[in-house]
Amino acid sequence: VIRYGIRRILYALPILLGINLITFVLFFVVNSPDDIARMQLGEKRLSPEAVQRWKAERGYDRPLLYDATAPGIEGVTRTILYERSLALFRFDFGSSDAGRDIGRDIATRMWPSLAVALPTLVLGVAVNVLVALGVVAVRGSALDRGTMVAMVALMSISALFFIIGAQYLFAILLRWVPISGYADGTGAWRFVALPVAVGVLSGLGGGVRWYRNLFLEEVGKDYVRTARAKGLPERLVLLRHLLPNGLIPILTGIVVVLPSLFMGSLITESFFAIPGLGSYTIDALRNQDFAIVRAMVFLGAVLYMLGLLLTDLCYALVDPRIRLE
Amino acid sequence: MQERKVSSGSGIGWVAVAVAALGLVGALAGCDGRPWNDPNVGFDPAGPILFQSFSERPKHLDPLSAYSEDESLFISQIYEPPLQYAFLARPFRLEPLTLARMPEVVFEAADGTSLPPDAPPEAIAFTRYRLTLAPGIRYQPHPAFSRDAAGRFLHHDLAPAVIAGLRTPYDLPGHASRLLEAADYVHQIKRLAHPKLHSPIKALMANTIVGLDTLAARLREAHPHDDYIDLRAFELEGARVIDPLRFEIRIRGKYPQFLYWLAMPFFAPMPWEVERFHAQPGMRERNLMLDWWPVGTGPYMLVENDPNRRMVLARNPHFRGERFPHDAAPALASPALAAAAGRPLPAIDRVVFSLEKEPIPLWHKFLQGYYDLAGIPRESFEQVVSFGADGGAELSEELRGRGVRLLTAVEPSTIYTGFNMRDAVVGGDSERARKLRQAISIALDVESFIAIFRTGRGSPASGPIPPGIPGHLEGVAGMNPVTHRLVDGRIERRPIEDARRLMREAGYPEGVDPATGRALVLAFDTVAGGPETQPVLDWHRKQFARIGIDLVIRATDYNRFQDKIRGGSAQIFQWGWNADYPDPENFLFLLHGPQAKVEGGGENAANYRNPAFDALFERFRLLEPSAERDELVARMVELVREDAPWAWGWHPITYSLHHAWVHEAIPHPVARNTLKYRRVDGPLRARLQAAWNAPVLWPVGLAAGVLALLVALRVRRTRAARDPARPATSGVRP
Repeated sequence: VIRYGIRRILYALPILLGINLITFVLFFVVNSPDDIARMQLGEKRLSPEAVQRWKAERGYDRPLLYDATAPGIEGVTRTILYERSLALFRFDFGSSDAGRDIGRDIATRMWPSLAVALPTLVLGVAVNVLVALGVVAVRGSALDRGTMVAMVALMSISALFFIIGAQYLFAILLRWVPISGYADGTGAWRFVALPVAVGVLSGLGGGVRWYRNLFLEEVGKDYVRTARAKGLPERLVLLRHLLPNGLIPILTGIVVVLPSLFMGSLITESFFAIPGLGSYTIDALRNQDFAIVRAMVFLGAVLYMLGLLLTDLCYALVDPRIRLE
Repeated sequence: MQERKVSSGSGIGWVAVAVAALGLVGALAGCDGRPWNDPNVGFDPAGPILFQSFSERPKHLDPLSAYSEDESLFISQIYEPPLQYAFLARPFRLEPLTLARMPEVVFEAADGTSLPPDAPPEAIAFTRYRLTLAPGIRYQPHPAFSRDAAGRFLHHDLAPAVIAGLRTPYDLPGHASRLLEAADYVHQIKRLAHPKLHSPIKALMANTIVGLDTLAARLREAHPHDDYIDLRAFELEGARVIDPLRFEIRIRGKYPQFLYWLAMPFFAPMPWEVERFHAQPGMRERNLMLDWWPVGTGPYMLVENDPNRRMVLARNPHFRGERFPHDAAPALASPALAAAAGRPLPAIDRVVFSLEKEPIPLWHKFLQGYYDLAGIPRESFEQVVSFGADGGAELSEELRGRGVRLLTAVEPSTIYTGFNMRDAVVGGDSERARKLRQAISIALDVESFIAIFRTGRGSPASGPIPPGIPGHLEGVAGMNPVTHRLVDGRIERRPIEDARRLMREAGYPEGVDPATGRALVLAFDTVAGGPETQPVLDWHRKQFARIGIDLVIRATDYNRFQDKIRGGSAQIFQWGWNADYPDPENFLFLLHGPQAKVEGGGENAANYRNPAFDALFERFRLLEPSAERDELVARMVELVREDAPWAWGWHPITYSLHHAWVHEAIPHPVARNTLKYRRVDGPLRARLQAAWNAPVLWPVGLAAGVLALLVALRVRRTRAARDPARPATSGVRP
């Protein structure tokens, strides 16, 4: 397992390099270092000297990818790409273009993201499983078909609609929760309840359809038939026998997203004013803060790959037939 | 059978859990007696607290760098420059803030001899401003000022472990204060020369304050890579401490507008101790920079600094105790203001700013009473405001019933459609180009633009100077005869026939370009927007089409658009300017030739250059307010109306709302340090918030009823199953 893990980490390095390069190229196709300087310094009464000085202080006065004037390897190392990328692999995110420490900001803002993402995941899985088991119990009936139609309808509705609709219903009409905002500590639940509910509802359609298919694959198998033959009621057949076996792909699906939960949701956090990493990324894009954008993309890629690695490990743990080679 | 028994109990259990959960949620939500949807957790609505929003996180809170509205909102309540705008005076007037009296101005000849106040501007080589501080002004409490018994600073050499444990500077024990000194102002002026600090006025002041450029060069040489420089070791010729309460600033030549700069945070005092405190290693990694933790003498201090969520200002306990002004301008005078006169400031203990990026949540929170003040979102404007026959704005009945009050103010801003004067077709000083620009200026029906796209929130511009700034004239006296005319005593836009006539005179009959034999094609450079900008662009096309011009929209991203303006490759574009200070110079300089964007890197985006205008401007800028100065302004405005380098656009009007519990909310379009004047009636707010936000509970009752019904059905089914006479049904499928 250790050797497998090391090999996967080594595989990850060129992928991370590639992601970093793509992010770099895409960002600088749209924004030049001068644009970044102007965004940070403001347009009003801005002198060209101030722009040059700002760039020089942050190393943005270097060539982007290759310095033809530098000798040997310095042609590569004296570039914005090299200087800005190398530290990332040490998880040293440095300062944002506005001057704030990115690592500190990430450490602060991941908690609000988690406060929304974690309950959304747990509740979402629970609700999806329960509803999927329910429709499996009545499979082939009008209720099953009706539920599936409803699930497809839910999948077809934009997440924005759920957000705005839920804000209108629960915060404005019923006045049960604040429309948006966030509080630290135990006071957070008031603000988190609605985004979590929206997250669960907007994921219900896809989740139930997927889980239902997984359970339907299992429900015809011999062990289920045997359980029924023992005289167990259908509810216990589903919960004690079908569910544990059907959970294997579900768990691996959950494990893959677990690390990414830190990254937050771009849309949900923006609309509910959750000060998490999702809104951090959106703000960075809006403010053309390359330092934050590259850090967040890099972190997202690392976490995603970590998720994939954990998934593989989980497969091996829950299914002895799978060997990590 | 055993299974069914368990099942029944389990079902009831689940229902009980659900009902208990609902009850718990309700109890938790309502346990503090506040409405469930109250977002201002941790703050008592009945207290002297102002709840406000901000839409963009500030980039800088260092007064040297901060320039935008988002930043002024905070630092203007904390830092105190020497002067401020008299809150209730109209027209706008400067008055001492931390000074004992207005600065003493002394003109000097090149040899240093003093000149009389009426000396001709060309004889004045230097101007000396002597500033005397009011005694007894103290800084807010801060650990940077704390000393031990031996006089050593307690927190200037903190161990890394201590810094690593800090979330805010105020986590450190022992907060002290000290008196404001003249040296703090001089220190801040020296910071303009710091090689690592960026200030938007650095270049302007390097050309203004004597010796600032020299000091900048010395600092660059001595400390090319240092973030922290002890500026006390360096002298600045143009800023000198006379004694603890007096200092002077010496500038080149005569620059009457310099006083306005002294009312901006750029010239706020900076205690060296605070700069030294934040320069300690490890502070930056904790985001504990001076740029994020302002320290001033103003009425408020920043106690919570989370620009991603909330910023909280608290009353500075050492604030010297300013009083609400007596001298209200006649247009503002009211019994309420008269009653407030003399009241100690500030009246509010805390100001809670919450980040609201989306306008709809902001609007609804205002309606729920959780924000004390708000603007009106564009989407809701027509439902909220209507215009009477006299053109006056009126609030909807619903809002009036809630006691909401409407405030309107014309911003000291001008939005215009600029012609690139370097362009071969629309630019230049030829008669042909001038008539083309005039024709377009007539054809662009700004009044209809304001009605359609700004829902009335704008005042048509007749020149570069907005209302409220000297030089702006109202009514017939201020009419632009190039684009408007007087009909039966009413000012109206010239008919489109006049524009067509000008097009013919310019050599484009019916808009046809004789060189091609087709409609003249012009390009409108703009920033690409979403679908909502399409109607605006269509409107522009239609306006140009009225005089036969085929307008091509060249939409691009913001960066490329800026590049085009800087490089002079745009043809026609929309631009704007928001006043730094209420003086016509701050608008007329936008048309000053040497400030042309392309050649001078200045703010003259149209690259307009007219020697006659430039000569008038250079004379005007040296004059004190006087009839001669007014005359020069009028002549310059007349010139640019005739030359039409801009098609005059509009001056935005802001509509803002405040609740019945907010008092003394007088808009001041230029001053930013106005929070100290406001007052809130907290108990009224708490009462109305509770009344407006009682949770609607019938759906909970309905859900409980449905649950109870389900339980009853389940119990009945279980009992029926136990009854041997009634066979149990099974849901099991093969």
